[in-house]
Amino acid sequence: MYGFEWDTATPLTYAWSILPIILIGLTVTLKAAAAGFSIALVLGLVFALLRRSRVKAIAWTTSVVVEFLRDTPLLVQLFFLYYVLPDYGLTLPAFLTGAIALGLQYSAYTSEVYRGGIEAVPRGQWEAATALNLSRTDVYRDIVVPQIVPRILPAMGNYLVAMLKETPVLSVITILEMMGLANMIGERTFDYLVPLTMVGVIFLLLTLVCSAGLHWLQRALPKAGIPLQ
Amino acid sequence: MTQTAPAPIIAFDRVTKRFGALTVLDDFNFTVAPGEKVTLIGPSGSGKSTVLRILMTLEPFQEGTLTLAGMSYQQPNGTGPFKAGERHLRQIRSHVGMVFQSFNLFPHMSVMRNVVEAPVRVLGLSRAEAECRAVDLLALVGLADKKDHFPAQLSGGQQQRVAIARALAMRPRVLLFDEPTSALDPQLVGEVLSVIRSLAHEHDLTMLLVTHEMRFAREVSDRVCFFDKGRICEQGAPDQIFTNPQQPRTREFLASVLG
Ligand SMILES: Nc1ncnc2c1ncn2[C@@H]1O[C@H](COP(=O)(O)OP(=O)(O)OP(=O)(O)O)[C@@H](O)[C@H]1O
Ligand SMILES: [Mg+2]
Repeated sequence: MYGFEWDTATPLTYAWSILPIILIGLTVTLKAAAAGFSIALVLGLVFALLRRSRVKAIAWTTSVVVEFLRDTPLLVQLFFLYYVLPDYGLTLPAFLTGAIALGLQYSAYTSEVYRGGIEAVPRGQWEAATALNLSRTDVYRDIVVPQIVPRILPAMGNYLVAMLKETPVLSVITILEMMGLANMIGERTFDYLVPLTMVGVIFLLLTLVCSAGLHWLQRALPKAGIPLQ
Repeated sequence: MTQTAPAPIIAFDRVTKRFGALTVLDDFNFTVAPGEKVTLIGPSGSGKSTVLRILMTLEPFQEGTLTLAGMSYQQPNGTGPFKAGERHLRQIRSHVGMVFQSFNLFPHMSVMRNVVEAPVRVLGLSRAEAECRAVDLLALVGLADKKDHFPAQLSGGQQQRVAIARALAMRPRVLLFDEPTSALDPQLVGEVLSVIRSLAHEHDLTMLLVTHEMRFAREVSDRVCFFDKGRICEQGAPDQIFTNPQQPRTREFLASVLG
């Protein structure tokens, strides 16, 4: 596979021989999670802001969309985007579809995190900003967002880890990410234990790296002038 | 030719303000001349903060007209030509600044950035120009050496002085103070009052001050207004109000606070 042969003589040689394939899958997994999470971070903020719109129709419509995204399974959204949309003339590449589906689903979660963060900004901050005649855009960009970053960081980190662990679902729309490849190797060698164990260990390492990164960020931010509450 | 009084810079014309069923201001009339220093005193819940918050456009009102620096506004249900749209409100706000009881500095910004943020964003000053002015303002409030500190590193009195510098940086014609020293430890009150006292000498600055510091009120204001139940029960020169109050409610209140 991908020009690599496997050697099933011992579990160790087997693991070593399939490692390059698993790592190719890992890059796909990481790219999908990175793309999906970027979408979720941006779209979630957009949703959170739209839900606060003073135009009731916009706020209400956004709530319905967010609720819908949150209440339907990722698998259904994936199938829908990949297999149903083409019937209506919209065909997206598998990877893009996967990233969008992950991003859409998680933007529903992140928008809640943003919303909680925005609501936790004390009223005095809004009033001081109003008294200084800052525009709404200025208030969000300079006052609200910098203040909520440290507050929402832990929750966002959790969703990043959750999304990472959910990437194997992308294999149903033919994306060859790490889990899908491990499964294919198993099908061909009739030995699932080694490839699946490798995938499990790699996910564990990824999660640990994410938590470590989060801790580092939480210590680095106050030094960058953003105090943690 | 007779000398006419200058047009008031602030005019509440029959303003009614309700919170749900509670009417806080009923048919409220109140005018302030440019440059006047007015202190609002009165029992808790009498509507002093509400008057300032309406002026700062932080609170909508239900009826009547507010005129500020020659610009009028009414709430959307008003019948006049001036509706309270965001653009109009921002124009009105450009003349007013406010100092809050709880300082409300931006905790994630240095003292310097707290002061320059709005001049750069709203007035369109260059950062260098804004910082140059901010240095003068911080010197005025005695905090030139704290410009790189964050609010959490300052005492309450220092934070409030930064807040005053921040409000002044927008060059307001009207400056509102809502109990600026009430959240401070007693030993820090003096430093904030002395900054406010120095501002009271500014001829062009109109000041509205809500305070429980009666001695200070008497010293700095041109006029003292005693509020009771959403009305100005009695107003006059500070000496008259403090030494010879006419209304029984005023006497009662002063007796209770002056002890
Ligand atoms: N957001 C609000 N919702 C409901 N009622 C309010 C609100 N803000 C103020 N009030 C009520 O309006 C009345 C006037 O309040 P205001 O804050 O103007 O009083 P005050 O004279 O400033 O009193 P204090 O000396 O305690 O600050 C009070 O009865 C208060 O409970
Ligand atoms: Mg008050």
